[in-house]
Amino acid sequence: MTEIATEVGAAALELDALDVVYRVRGRDRQVLRGLTLSVKRGEAYGLVGESGCGKSTAALALVQYLPRNGFVRSGAIRIDGRDVLSLSGSELRRHRAKAVSMVYQNPGAALNPSIRIGNQVAEVFKVLGVSGSDATDRARAALEKVQIADPGSVMRRYPHQLSGGMQQRVIIAMALATDPALLILDEPTTGLDATVEAEVLDLVAGLQAELNTSVLFISHNLGIIQKMCDRVGVLYAGRLVEEGDTESLLSDPRHPYTVGLLRCVPRAGVRKDHGRLDTIPGFMPNVGDQLPGCVFAGRCTLAEDRCHTEEPDAHVVGAGHLSRCHFHDRAQTLPREFSADLVLPNVDRSVPPLLRFDDLGKVFAQGGHDVHALVGVSAKIWIGETLGLVGESGSGKTTLARTLLGIIPSTSGAVVLDGRELAGTLGKRSSDDLRSLQIVFQNPDSALNRRHQVRRILRRSLKKLSGLTGNAAEARLHELMQAVRLSERYVSARPGQLSGGLKQRLAIARAFAGDPKLVVCDEPTSALDVSVQAAILNLLVELQAEKRVSYLFISHDLGVVRYVSDRIAVLYLGRLMELGPSETIYDGPHHPYTEALLSALPTIDGEPRERIRLEGDIPSAANPPGGCVFHTRCPRRLGAICDDVEPPLIEVEENHLMRCHIPLEELRTLQRGHETPESAGSAT
Amino acid sequence: MSAMTEAAAGIQPRERDIARRETLRQLAKSKTLIVGVLIVGFWVVCALFGSTIAPDDPLELSDAVLAAPSSAHWFGTDQLGRDVFSRVIVGASETLKIAPLATMVGIIFGTIIGLITGYSRGLVDESISRIIDAFLALPLIVLAVTALVGLGSSNATLIVVIGVAFTPVVARTVRATVLGERELDYVDAAKLRGERSPYIMFVEILPNITGPIIVEATVRLGYAIFAVAGLTFLGFGVQPPSPDWSLQIADNYQLLSSGTYWWTVLFAALAVSSLVVGVNLIADGLQQVLDR
Repeated sequence: MTEIATEVGAAALELDALDVVYRVRGRDRQVLRGLTLSVKRGEAYGLVGESGCGKSTAALALVQYLPRNGFVRSGAIRIDGRDVLSLSGSELRRHRAKAVSMVYQNPGAALNPSIRIGNQVAEVFKVLGVSGSDATDRARAALEKVQIADPGSVMRRYPHQLSGGMQQRVIIAMALATDPALLILDEPTTGLDATVEAEVLDLVAGLQAELNTSVLFISHNLGIIQKMCDRVGVLYAGRLVEEGDTESLLSDPRHPYTVGLLRCVPRAGVRKDHGRLDTIPGFMPNVGDQLPGCVFAGRCTLAEDRCHTEEPDAHVVGAGHLSRCHFHDRAQTLPREFSADLVLPNVDRSVPPLLRFDDLGKVFAQGGHDVHALVGVSAKIWIGETLGLVGESGSGKTTLARTLLGIIPSTSGAVVLDGRELAGTLGKRSSDDLRSLQIVFQNPDSALNRRHQVRRILRRSLKKLSGLTGNAAEARLHELMQAVRLSERYVSARPGQLSGGLKQRLAIARAFAGDPKLVVCDEPTSALDVSVQAAILNLLVELQAEKRVSYLFISHDLGVVRYVSDRIAVLYLGRLMELGPSETIYDGPHHPYTEALLSALPTIDGEPRERIRLEGDIPSAANPPGGCVFHTRCPRRLGAICDDVEPPLIEVEENHLMRCHIPLEELRTLQRGHETPESAGSAT
Repeated sequence: MSAMTEAAAGIQPRERDIARRETLRQLAKSKTLIVGVLIVGFWVVCALFGSTIAPDDPLELSDAVLAAPSSAHWFGTDQLGRDVFSRVIVGASETLKIAPLATMVGIIFGTIIGLITGYSRGLVDESISRIIDAFLALPLIVLAVTALVGLGSSNATLIVVIGVAFTPVVARTVRATVLGERELDYVDAAKLRGERSPYIMFVEILPNITGPIIVEATVRLGYAIFAVAGLTFLGFGVQPPSPDWSLQIADNYQLLSSGTYWWTVLFAALAVSSLVVGVNLIADGLQQVLDR
């Protein structure tokens, strides 16, 4: 471990050969394997890895807050030069209060719901011995520092009265209040919208530069890591497999796992007709598996015999760049798992569309108010194409999907399938209509009945949707499982026994049980790791190529939407703001809202776009702004016309609809500054 | 925290399989549960084999009236000279027949009503829930005494009356659980393949809420024992000459005023409380493991 040079005394955090085990049923299961890393003062260090790799365990070990069955077996943790493992109870409490702060993923759960924000922030100072009124003043100052515009009113509010982004700002204010030697951010923006995420990240980056805080940034998102961190470590099965400067590691990865991970992400410009996404075969080893050789050997296509038996040293492959791979010089030649070719049939738009929604509206009655969740949304989907649907949370994406499916009835407008208007509710739809429209939900844990076995789940769908029973159903069941590449040995498993990716495959198989014409994919990969996401996206695209099924693909990840979609619809406050072919939507000129969404996207390609900041939160649908609904946040607002007159949705160029007062040519000029090379649509 | 611990521990999918065995293992490790099972088990054995364990016939009269505890009569004798120890040993049998059956009646009807109200919501839920509220406003004893006077006292009516009295309480608990469960996407998925409401309620949702129902059943069992004891004491429950604990207390409690014949009441009272405590310990133990 001596290869990793640390400037003694200068590091905010030093981990030295840290082994952490969880004792499960009397057996020690190793979670962290000799984790060695250091975060220098003022440095932002990114720890990246997929779920189950030990990221969160590392964070918990740092503050000595492991679950009761977790132990540090060997190694050392030094924060600001102090050996954390040797601290006694009261010292540890002081250490936690002063030296280290942590920001968790879910800000709503990190704040006490029954204490006003002011008192909660002031409490941090009171713990440090500041008196009552001083503490309040300092709380106000802390909130101002995280750019909360009106701290006075925020301090009087309860956590549930704040948006997620505001809550996370409050948490960050509390975390920084003590001027900690180390700030740990554990997936701090994972639950937030892209626009809010970008704001929070900007804030953290600004504060970090200003206060010179040392940051350990834990994330699964390479784009965010690139934006936020000076150095990055890649964690796999509890071992740091590669470490280096963010720039050099991402541009010149030297470990097959890093190479694979980078290839899994749909890069800007890559679309489904460019070929399949690369995936990492196999699964992460189970916690506690004996791994005598390289931890990644079981999934590595470059692995040779010695990889399975001999643990690789940390090879220095560049300045401050380490790789734990015997063949680090060949890592980038990692063969692709799939041949990239995939032939997609052309979408024929000269025929009538498969599905059309005309002027669809949905009003919810909520506490005496009418909430307009959807306002006059019209779009068409042709056979074999994918319509991407993007927008922030609260924009009406899910309402649109549920209305279309008939889970909730629409208030106005119609859904027309194959030229026939569909009944508003499921009870009135024919079984033929039911089988034609299916959905893959975001969260397979919620979408699959945890008490039913795989066979039962699929057999029931086959019976209800295809009318198959007995041997015919059994035969079709195996076909279905094969189609989604769900191994037959899982046929008697319950969903809880499957991994996230396998569960989603099962959910997809269920949706395809009745040979649907259109499948709504509601964020089907957002609960999954990137390598699994790539495999699921490949599967969906393959099924489309084979069965000519159409998708309505909802996602907040614009990179994913771009990969799968032929056309894209942008929704804001229940209104369609822009609709067009995905290339047009991405390359611009685009609606100012689309522009803001795209600029918020953390990307690992080239220079990031210039950030277009959106001010404030998405307005309430119960009380939408007059005129153009976007005018309250629009960075390109013209003036009074935007406040008073709602622009119509017009075809600004062929197949490209937009709802904006600014003429297309002017948008083109305005947005030219943000054109980046990626917009040219390079394939690899 | 538990979800986080689990994620942090990286419990891998295949290990979830073991999670169920783990639940059983934790149940076996719960001291609360073990003590509860031992106490209740003891009384169940006594109820089943009481007549062979008991040294004397619990119904046999003798001349030794109101004898103090001694080596001949460990717990003394009552007003009619019957051996109190033998009567305590067999005194659980009626209660242990009536209480579980009454609980079962309450759980079955409560689960059905709870599923229907929780799943349908809207008008159905509103009307049934108001009826339940009205029902719950009446004290159990008043309700039961009225019904028992009207219907005549027998073990069967006792079971039905207590069961019906428990139904609204169980229905409420089940309804609350169903409200959370029906929001899960698998319910929508079932609707999307055209399933009818009864199928969704009983085949999709019910298997997922068995944990809370089991816990509710054990809690109710404790209350059912109380209810049987209370009604018997008032004279509406188990009828003489049964050696039931509450009957013993009812028969002898007036002797307490003299201050000498405490043994005629104390041992039966201890027996009743130990059984209720035992059942509640089981409920606590189950809750800790199942309701995590």
